[in-house]
Amino acid sequence: MLELSLLIGFVFISLALVLSFYRLIKGPSQPDRILALDTLYINSIALLVLTGIYLESNVYFEAALLIAVMGFVGTVALSKYLLRGDIME
Amino acid sequence: MSEWTETLLGLLIIIGAGFTLVGSIGLYKLPDFYTRLHGPTKASTLGVGAILIASVIYFTTKQDALSLHEILVTLFLFITAPIGAHLMAKAAIHIQVNQVGRTKDFKSKSKS
Repeated sequence: MLELSLLIGFVFISLALVLSFYRLIKGPSQPDRILALDTLYINSIALLVLTGIYLESNVYFEAALLIAVMGFVGTVALSKYLLRGDIME
Repeated sequence: MSEWTETLLGLLIIIGAGFTLVGSIGLYKLPDFYTRLHGPTKASTLGVGAILIASVIYFTTKQDALSLHEILVTLFLFITAPIGAHLMAKAAIHIQVNQVGRTKDFKSKSKS
């Protein structure tokens, strides 16, 4: 039961990763690409937590936390760059 | 691990993964940036939230001790998701991305 639902979860999240990667490549404007990158971060957090359950390991949680922090910083920096043409003034 | 916990875990994982997929389908299909912005919020709150609750339940039953550090990720995502969306919307307004007709507001409609 748990194995099967983990496999279904992996398939769903991998499909979600492919779809947001399509938006990252195609995205007509720059905010679209930032949004797609943010979604990629969030999908990879979900994938890492599922991997932690699948391998019965606690290590992957720290990676998920790091990706959450760095993804937020990246999104803010890219949006600030679009707003001001500069990250730190 | 009992039958009940496994069923609950499977349900939570499938709900979370399903909402993550729905968010990315929204990102793929919706017509312009402002409508696309609301798709992945489902993935970041409900999707990742359900998967992290499943992780809390799994490690709590496995280790026989309350495992709460997954809550950190949920808390961080819940705090930072609105800030990121707000900044992205501000950047999109600043560089004036294309809008489809239905998402234009009254002001820009009356101007053009």
